[in-house]
Amino acid sequence: MQEILDILEQDALATPEKIGQLLKLPAEEVRRRVRQLEEDKVIVGYKTIIDDDKADRQLVKALIEVKITPERDGGFNHLAARIAKYAEVKTCYLMSGGYDLLVIVEGADLRQVATFVSEKLATISGVLSTATHFMLKAYKEQGTLYQLEQFEERLKVSP
Amino acid sequence: MSAAATDHSHVARHVRRIPRSGIRDFFDIVQSMSDVISLSIGEPDFVTPWHIREAAIYALEQGKTGYTSNLGTPALRRQIAAHVAARCGVQYDWQREILVSVGVSEALDMALRAIINPGDEVLYHEPCYVSYNPSIVLAHGVAVPITTHQSDNFTLRAADVERAITPRTRALMLNFPCNPTGAVLPRAEQEQIAALCVEHDLLVLTDEIYADLSYAGDLPSIVSVPGMRERTVYLNGFSKAYAMTGFRIGYACAPPELTEAMLRVHQYAMLCAPIVSQEAAAEALKNGAPAMRHMRDEYRRRRNFLMHHFNRLGLTCHEPQGAFYLFPNISATGLTSREFAVQLLEEKKVAAVPGDAFGPAGEGFVRCSYATAMEQLELAVERIADFVRGR
Ligand SMILES: Cc1ncc(COP(=O)(O)O)c(C=O)c1O
Repeated sequence: MQEILDILEQDALATPEKIGQLLKLPAEEVRRRVRQLEEDKVIVGYKTIIDDDKADRQLVKALIEVKITPERDGGFNHLAARIAKYAEVKTCYLMSGGYDLLVIVEGADLRQVATFVSEKLATISGVLSTATHFMLKAYKEQGTLYQLEQFEERLKVSP
Repeated sequence: MSAAATDHSHVARHVRRIPRSGIRDFFDIVQSMSDVISLSIGEPDFVTPWHIREAAIYALEQGKTGYTSNLGTPALRRQIAAHVAARCGVQYDWQREILVSVGVSEALDMALRAIINPGDEVLYHEPCYVSYNPSIVLAHGVAVPITTHQSDNFTLRAADVERAITPRTRALMLNFPCNPTGAVLPRAEQEQIAALCVEHDLLVLTDEIYADLSYAGDLPSIVSVPGMRERTVYLNGFSKAYAMTGFRIGYACAPPELTEAMLRVHQYAMLCAPIVSQEAAAEALKNGAPAMRHMRDEYRRRRNFLMHHFNRLGLTCHEPQGAFYLFPNISATGLTSREFAVQLLEEKKVAAVPGDAFGPAGEGFVRCSYATAMEQLELAVERIADFVRGR
C-alpha cells in the first residue's frame, strides 16, 4: 500500500497497469487497492501542480497568521473548520507558537484578498487578530521545484 | 605496421596489448546520432542529493582547498569505518586500515599494483566491469577470466574458481552485485570460495560499489567470512549509491600491511583524493541514507518494469538482485550482441551496450541500464518491442 501511495504521490496519472509493472502486481489488484485507499479517504484527492505565472493566471496568494480564542467545547476545531470552508482559503493549519491558524488565501488581485481578510476573516467572532503576508514568487510547490535542474552533459554511454 | 616498427613504438608493449574498449567504440557511434534514448549509461540519472552538494559548497566557503592526509581526511575515514562495520560486520582501524581513493577505479588500480608481481595470475569473473582485465594487465599481471552463466543467474561457482587456480594465482577479484549482470554471490558460495582462497593463499579484491543498491535486503560480504578479513581488500565508493560519480571518491579497507602497500602507490600517483569531494562524501555517509534508499526503491521499480516488458518480448533475463542493469539474452533474435545493439540504435535510436564489451562471455546479451528516467524507459520499451517484432 505504502509504495502505491509513493508512486501516486509522485505521479497521480500513473495507471494501474504501470503501477502493477513497477511493483510486480496484477493491474486488477492495484485497481482494487487504489479504490480501497480512496474509499478509506487515505487518498483524499488528485490535483495538478500548475505554474500560475506560466499559465498566465494572475493570482494573488497570501499567507495569513490568525489568532483565535479556543472554545469551551471543541477547542480550535470548530472555528478552524468554519474558516477552512471559505472557497478563498486554499490551506488551513493549526499551528504551535505565536499564532494559532496558518491560512493560505487566493484571490484575483490584492484588493480581493484584502477584502476577504478584513470583511470575512477578521469579523468572525473568536478571531482576535490577523497578519497578512503576500507571496511574491514560488520556487517549490509540494516537493516539486519550479525550475528543474538541467544537466545536458551526461555521457550517452558510460562503463 | 611491421614487427620491427612496432618494436620502435614509443608506447610500452603491455599498453599496446590492451584492446580498445568495446564501450568506447559504441560510444563513438551513439555520439554521432541525435535523439537517442540511452540505456547505456553506467551512472545514476539522479543528480547528487542537494544536502551533499551543499556540503561541498560549504567546504569551499570555508576555504577547504588544500591537500589532505594521503589516506584521506580523518573525519571521512572514521565515517567509513563505522559504515563498513554496520554494513559488513567487520571492524577496520580508521588510522591504519582505510584509504580514501579517487573513485573505486583508482582503488582497484592501486590494489592491483600493490599486490601483483609480474606474471602473477589474477582471477576475475566474466562478464564483468570493463576495467578489470586492463587493470590487471597494466599492473603486469596475467588476467584469467572465469565465465559465469545465465543458468546460474551469473553468480560465481566455487568449482569454477577451483578449476582456474594454478600455482601462479595470486588473487581473485569479485564484483557482486555485478556490473553488467546484477548478479549476487550467495553466502554458501562465498564460504566455499573463501575456503579455496585460504587453502591456496589467495587475496580477494571485493568491489562492492553496488552493495547499497541491493534489492534483496542487505547482502553479506565475503570479507565477513571467518578467515577472510586478513586476506581481503574491501572496495567501495560513493558514485553509485549516492549518485556522486563526478565527485570521484572511493575507498579501500585492508589489513595494515596491504593498506601501507596501497598507500605507497596512491601517495605517489595521486597524493590524495580531492578535499571538497571528501567533505561531500562524509556528508553522504552521515545524512545520505534516506536519499539513497529513495533512489534504490526507484531503481527497483524500474527494474520490475523493464523485466516485465523484456520477458513479454521473449528477451529472457534473470532477475538482477542489485546494481541498475538488466542483462537480457538476445540470442532468440538470431543476432549477435553487436548486431543487435547497432541495429537497435540505427533503426530505433535506443542505445544498449553489446554484452561482449564486458568480455567474450557477454556475447548473446546486451546491458540495459535502468538508471534512466521512467519516461525514457517507457519509450525505450515501446521501441524495443517494435524492433523485436520486426525480426
Ligand atoms: C563494478 C564497478 N567498479 C568500479 C566502478 C568505478 O567506480 P568509481 O566511479 O568509484 O571509480 C564502476 C563504475 O561503473 C563499476 O561498475
